[in-house]
Amino acid sequence: MDFGPYLLLATLEGLVQAAVLALTALGLSLVFGVMRVVNVAHGEFFMLGAVLAWAATTAVSGHPALGFAAALVVSPLVVGAVALASERLILRRLNYNPEATIVATIGLLYILQQAALTFYGPEARPVVPPFNFRIQLPWFGYSAYKLSVIGASILLLIATWFVLARTRIGLVMRATQYDRETATAFGIPVDRVYAGVFALGAMLAAVAAVLIVPIQQAHYLMGHDPLLLSFIVVIIGGLGSLRGTVVAALLIGLSDGILSVFFSPTLAKIVATLAVALVLVFRPQGLFGQAAK
Amino acid sequence: MSGSATGPRALALHLGVIALLFALQFVLPAYHHGIVARVMVLAIFAMGYNLLFGYTGLLSLGHAMFFAAGLYGAGLTVYHLGWSVPAAFVSGLVCGAALSAVIGLLALRTAGVAFMIVTMMFGQVAYLLTLFFGEWTRGEEGLTLAAAQRQLGPLDLTNPSTRYFVALALFAVVLLLTLVIVRAPFGRVLVAIRENEERTRMLGYDTFLNKLGAVVLSGTVCAAAGAAYALLFGYFGAGFAAVQYSILPLLWVLVGGAATVLGPLVGTLIMFYLVDLSNDLLNSRFPDWDVSYLGIVGVALVLLILFFPKGLLGSIRERWAPWLP
Repeated sequence: MDFGPYLLLATLEGLVQAAVLALTALGLSLVFGVMRVVNVAHGEFFMLGAVLAWAATTAVSGHPALGFAAALVVSPLVVGAVALASERLILRRLNYNPEATIVATIGLLYILQQAALTFYGPEARPVVPPFNFRIQLPWFGYSAYKLSVIGASILLLIATWFVLARTRIGLVMRATQYDRETATAFGIPVDRVYAGVFALGAMLAAVAAVLIVPIQQAHYLMGHDPLLLSFIVVIIGGLGSLRGTVVAALLIGLSDGILSVFFSPTLAKIVATLAVALVLVFRPQGLFGQAAK
Repeated sequence: MSGSATGPRALALHLGVIALLFALQFVLPAYHHGIVARVMVLAIFAMGYNLLFGYTGLLSLGHAMFFAAGLYGAGLTVYHLGWSVPAAFVSGLVCGAALSAVIGLLALRTAGVAFMIVTMMFGQVAYLLTLFFGEWTRGEEGLTLAAAQRQLGPLDLTNPSTRYFVALALFAVVLLLTLVIVRAPFGRVLVAIRENEERTRMLGYDTFLNKLGAVVLSGTVCAAAGAAYALLFGYFGAGFAAVQYSILPLLWVLVGGAATVLGPLVGTLIMFYLVDLSNDLLNSRFPDWDVSYLGIVGVALVLLILFFPKGLLGSIRERWAPWLP
């Protein structure tokens, strides 16, 4: 085969990666931006989303699309509820102290992994895609489902942008992010905004996981890579910046896809992680963010 | 705080703990004898972590890389180059000191949350490197050292009693070293940085240099634990470089009490037995729950940070023994 087909395949795979990554990272970025909480358990919300998607699709009989639709509704709702409960029971009691919340979310990470191991088991399980046909591209046929993941992610990102930039909810969130005390003075229920944002961030990760699980199997340790990649994306894109997050997700998703096709995936990860650590050291506002005022 | 007048009391307590550990080796049954030897080596790791987290107030999420630097620095030189045990131990120390100096120079440019994430990222890179060089390290599977390679002069490190004794000797050295450091001017400056870095700088201290010193000291002590682990127990693998081994010292220090000299030992001992006992208990009662260290560590972390943030010795110091270093 020539170079062309390889590159096209790598680009498409990279785009699918980037689409899912953008959603996951956006959740992490929102939580950090508004609450200043580094949620180390974010990857486990992703994992929980995937595991629940498996549970929903196996519980619903009939056409795979029915089960998948159920998963798209049930999984984010349950994950959102779990996140809400942990925010109320743990993070709020810690008064959102940065160090304490990191330790607490590490604990949460292990608890969720243990829960998945106990109730779901150590196996990796596949989920049937809702539809299964191939679209003929110049050199090869490509899964229509994978292309639809890219489309769905774009729609969800636009919806999130709309909520953040054009609705009252978004306005309240941005006000809280900008200055917590002034927001409180203006009668914004900061406490409830925090709870909502934490749940929303987890739900974004869960939706991303439902979308990816027909391609990648559900497993109780699958949260590690999304967490690390989301960190990378959020750091490169600049914290709390939607545009930066999407651009960085594209950059990381594509380069991860392309590098993994041509080089060893471990080497690709080493280079990406090291690069990001150095970005954080030398340019803490991210590549696209503005310097702190 | 503890002045020089309370010095003898603290010194007596720590010497007493060392004497107790020495006496224990003659009475402990074989199984617990092995566990305590392992706990002492891991407590050295926790003491190294405590120097940075407890005393200097810098929360690192990548300390597994320093432990692994010692582990591989000692293990690989014995395995591939046939070095003797003392040379390999020094090699582990040098690897740890060099790595922590580089990481410190880079990571200390950041502060707060960024410091935690940067150290986590560097830790992840170190872990991936141990996998990438699998040809030499054998990745997750790891390598074992032959008995003939684990001889320290006349001492046979494969013998459980000798191993216990060597682990205790190293533990005692690091414990007393920590005690000296935290009461020395250097240790006081570190605590001052933790409490108020800006003010410490105003007083004329070079806070960057002091923090760098803390990172290198902490990294080297952790590397000593790693090197000792490889040489005493004869096994080293990539699992010790994984993120889990960056979280565990944090947990051990939190359980025992951050910024207490004996806290790391207490925390490591408690968590080791807690995981061991509750594993047996839960798995016999609920065999299909698949309980592993995950759930226990997770619950312990959350409960500690919510209800018991000072840890065991930290709370004791607050209530009854303000002289406790």
